[in-house]
Amino acid sequence: MNIYDLIFYLFATITVLSALAVVSTKNIIYSAYNLMLTFFGVAGLYVLLGADFLAIVQLIVYVGGILILILFGVMLTNKVNGMPIHTEVTNIIPASITIGLFAGIVLAFFMNTNWKSVTTEFPATTIQSLGKLLMNEYILIFELLGVLLLIALIGAASIARKQ
Amino acid sequence: MIPIEYYLILSAFMFIMGVIGVLTRKNAIIVFMSIELMLNSANLTFVTFSSYLGNVTGQLFVFFVMTVAAAEAAVGLAIIIALFRNKQTVSIDEINILKW
Repeated sequence: MNIYDLIFYLFATITVLSALAVVSTKNIIYSAYNLMLTFFGVAGLYVLLGADFLAIVQLIVYVGGILILILFGVMLTNKVNGMPIHTEVTNIIPASITIGLFAGIVLAFFMNTNWKSVTTEFPATTIQSLGKLLMNEYILIFELLGVLLLIALIGAASIARKQ
Repeated sequence: MIPIEYYLILSAFMFIMGVIGVLTRKNAIIVFMSIELMLNSANLTFVTFSSYLGNVTGQLFVFFVMTVAAAEAAVGLAIIIALFRNKQTVSIDEINILKW
């Protein structure tokens, strides 16, 4: 077992345990913090897979942006003094049937397919090739995503403001 | 080298956790976090295939998914806050005005 395997198992364990905790803890704040750990684990796996720039973006966008937004959402929608921040579960039986079927199908598909993989040497950094792709072949999607973010910004502000 | 199936099973596990959260939790914000978990597992699958096929385009699509996730987070939380202002709760059992 070399060092890469050890790092993979470390980050995989962090990801699995914290993803389990996100959906199983009763406290919403604990869920949010475990989601942060999940994002960290996935960022580590990105580094291991050779996607260095994506790992940084994952940390900046998810941990620095979306998670803070979620924590603000938790703060604004729970009466911390009166009502406790605990929640219950619902729909256990239909949900477990659906999840069991879904998990069986997905895992069987992943295990039984003969995945093709080439052992090409990945470039040391992916920033340059990503930038070239983004500015040449996918420039239209890039521009459309900018418009989408603008619309989302205006929409979120107009939905959340007081009437 | 780690077999590709390990990464795929890991991302499938994350996705299943997200489905469990969406289907069983009552708080709208936890449902929201579970959706982020599912988007992250799809991203992990993208990066895995991109790395094992030696093609960077898969990583580019992760950017697009992240952008849509950020937009979804902003709008979704705005909707949750507007709901909380109107109904004083974020429990998805009590938000049922579209149910018949």
